[in-house]
Amino acid sequence: MRISMENGKLLDPANKLDQKQDLFIADGKIVSLEKKPDDFNPDLVINAKDKIVLPGLVDLCARLREPGFEKKGNFDSELYAANSSGITSISVPPDTTPVIDTPAVVEFIHQRARETNRANIFPLGALTQKLKGEQLAEMYLLKEAGCIGVSNALNAIENTEVLRRAFEYANSCDLSVFIYAEDEKIANNGVAHEGAISARLGLPAIPETAETIAISRVLLLVEQTDVRVHFCHLSSARAVDLIRTAKKQGIEVTADVSICNLHLTDMDIADYDSNCHVKPPLRNERDRVGLIEGIRDETISAVCSDHQPHEINAKSAPFSITEPGASTIEHLLPLMLHLVNRNEITLNRAISLITSEPAKILGINRGFIEKNKHADLCIYDPNSNISIDKNNLLSSGKNTPFNGWELQGKVTHTLLNGEVVFSID
Amino acid sequence: MTEKIDINVLIENMAENISSHCGTQGYKNPLMIGIQRGGVWIAARLHQKLKLADPLGELNIAFYRDDFSKIGIHPEVKPSKLSINLDDRHIILVDDVLHTGRTIRAAMNEIFDYGRPASISLAILVERSGRELPIHPDIIGKTITLKEGEHAKLSGPEPLALEIMKSG
Amino acid sequence: MTGKNIQLDKNGNLKHFLSIEGLSQPLLHTILNYAESFATVDKRPVKKVPLLRGKTIANLFFEPSTRTRTTFELAAKRLSADILNLNISTSATSKGEILSDTLRTLEAMHCDMFVVRHANSGAAHYIASQVAPHISVINAGDGRHEHPTQAMLDMFTIKQHKKDFTKLSVAIVGDILHSRVARSEIHALNVLGTNEVRIIGPHTLIPKEIEKLGVHIYHDMNSGLKDVDVVVMLRLQRERMRGALLPSEDEYFKRYGLTNQKLKHAKKDAIVMHPGPINRGVEIDSDVADGKHSVILQQVSHGIAIRMAIMAMVMGQINRDENKEKKK
Repeated sequence: MRISMENGKLLDPANKLDQKQDLFIADGKIVSLEKKPDDFNPDLVINAKDKIVLPGLVDLCARLREPGFEKKGNFDSELYAANSSGITSISVPPDTTPVIDTPAVVEFIHQRARETNRANIFPLGALTQKLKGEQLAEMYLLKEAGCIGVSNALNAIENTEVLRRAFEYANSCDLSVFIYAEDEKIANNGVAHEGAISARLGLPAIPETAETIAISRVLLLVEQTDVRVHFCHLSSARAVDLIRTAKKQGIEVTADVSICNLHLTDMDIADYDSNCHVKPPLRNERDRVGLIEGIRDETISAVCSDHQPHEINAKSAPFSITEPGASTIEHLLPLMLHLVNRNEITLNRAISLITSEPAKILGINRGFIEKNKHADLCIYDPNSNISIDKNNLLSSGKNTPFNGWELQGKVTHTLLNGEVVFSID
Repeated sequence: MTEKIDINVLIENMAENISSHCGTQGYKNPLMIGIQRGGVWIAARLHQKLKLADPLGELNIAFYRDDFSKIGIHPEVKPSKLSINLDDRHIILVDDVLHTGRTIRAAMNEIFDYGRPASISLAILVERSGRELPIHPDIIGKTITLKEGEHAKLSGPEPLALEIMKSG
Repeated sequence: MTGKNIQLDKNGNLKHFLSIEGLSQPLLHTILNYAESFATVDKRPVKKVPLLRGKTIANLFFEPSTRTRTTFELAAKRLSADILNLNISTSATSKGEILSDTLRTLEAMHCDMFVVRHANSGAAHYIASQVAPHISVINAGDGRHEHPTQAMLDMFTIKQHKKDFTKLSVAIVGDILHSRVARSEIHALNVLGTNEVRIIGPHTLIPKEIEKLGVHIYHDMNSGLKDVDVVVMLRLQRERMRGALLPSEDEYFKRYGLTNQKLKHAKKDAIVMHPGPINRGVEIDSDVADGKHSVILQQVSHGIAIRMAIMAMVMGQINRDENKEKKK
């Protein structure tokens, strides 16, 4: 398939591209970024006039709910939703059923990815068997099968000895460890940030220390074991401080934040809106500003959707017994652009946080626009608006906390390896 | 349009009629109960004139209204005051205006929740048309004919005044 | 807050009774006034008025509580309503689907009101958001959130003894963290304009940032009880002793148990309240519970009148608007 993309403005912070430029694709690759190659006869011409062309987005964490939770979503529904936000590469955490702790599950995921052919899927393998925090998973075999890193997902590893050995072993397999840092005991089955809102609503609360104690423990072990660690979904300003300080001291870690925590606070729970029941919890405005600050000074280098689609019943109950998680994947790009519109971050920074930076964390060769490389692209119209209506989501999960929001920037085309996987017409 | 009626004269007549009614019926030592709010004002005057031995009873029928589910609870409910045992007593029930009869029905229902009186007689300051229940007063201050859309309203307690006014 | 107040209909009348938070001072006074009238009903030979005749009320108790259920049942019966008692084990309703099935079933049985007790905060709000429009929901205690009828009966009791809230200091003592009664009382006292609301307890039992609800925090009884007019003792669940919250019942009683000795710091005419059931010798000494300052038994009898008033109010508002419209 030959595609010529004309009149668009290319924006790729990684390659400092920010200009009107045509682009030519053949056999899945970008063949020219300047002028039309000789005897190039396009099968498709995309007129990108007044639109912006980005590298296909890289989502560091999204649950596609296969295998095991098909009533919440599946590869077809969730990847189509992802494509509608320009996402072409996704890393999936290992907390499926069965858990991604055997090569067979990795193979299943790869097979589903090939069948749907909507995005590059990068599974994370389990750090411990069945994510129980007791025995190391077969990390080397998982890597051989195609896992690009290991993680214990949202499950805590209570035993510090196990955590230390898991770090050492992952290091010897040259695998990055993706850590969701929460001290399970002090979080004490909480469902909301410990503060005025949880006090008022009488919700079991998660103190900030649930996050900061866990981060401190991991940082000390990183110092000791020299493993490559990425912190998933920071939620508090204090957590950002800890990582900022560690980086200054030369400890090489990275961190991301979920898009929900950049826009919402515990105030949004209002009268028990279960769509605002997420993990890590929505904290207060000071924390939200702290996370933005962390993005600006590069303490945080990626933003993910942390997409968790749920069936209606999972969210239809009193707040604390609903399942945590929000359906966010199809609004990742407009929600990032919203931060730009509110002057919280620059457009270049916003784009790198969802393209080249997460690609770097995953160690994958995606998230940029370059000649002779994969043609994973996203075209959006910056002047077109979307209004979020929970009843009209593409995802199987209707559990968006952003219902009723009006956002600017609508994706018109998404290309994966030179094929159009999404277009609005 | 308004029409002034001399209430003091009406109450004077009612007191006389109650006396003779009790005499003919052989009611000894009747117990007087007024319906809040206007009925209580009238009953207080009658009670004084007749020099009745037992204290005046006050009935609030808010909890007994048959239109509760339509209009809800009255915003100024005051408790009923019936301190005397009603069993086997002759009761003079007093209200200001008798219209549909529903208030009287509700009042009688409430009275029976306090006890089983020997009899109930009804004394009314103003009887008007529009009865919806088979209820007839024994003592009437004045019978008036109202045109459609008119209603009678007692204001008080001091001074008592009855006004005929167009509703709405 | 952002969400609209689902307790009130479009004319500001009480439709559901879910939390004290969000209700106005006039509305709380109206409830107290009605309760005054309803309190006379159980002094009569026939302890019943026909106000809710033909209405069906379902007591939906997802968490067992014989005492609260009984007072709601009595209140409903004194209003001549038919009452249905359902004890639903929480294990069966951990899934939302089963909860909504239960609600649909009861609606199909033409219930008019649900009285809800649930172990999870926000359950009453959730159920109120799910029911058909003709149904009213009364919160009989949801998790750690609110227990608004209990707070109203306590306000009623205070009013019998103290009249003017704006001159009062009230201390709430004990396990604030887990107490729905405490949250409702804090809101009720503040809405009614109480001069000072204090809470007294160890750090482990006081939620962070609770001062934003309008309370002063004390950690010892002597200074906390100084010159207060009202002392509200909270029940301490025995299971709190098993975790890291408290070392022992003895130590708790020594520090926070109400004794006549500690009560001397309060005003001479202070009243002592307790939502019950009492743990004698844990949060309160028997001498105090049965002593001259105690109004604990009065609270129990006021419970019925308050619940009658609230039930009558939420049911009475239905159709009111349409009726008004029609008259015009």
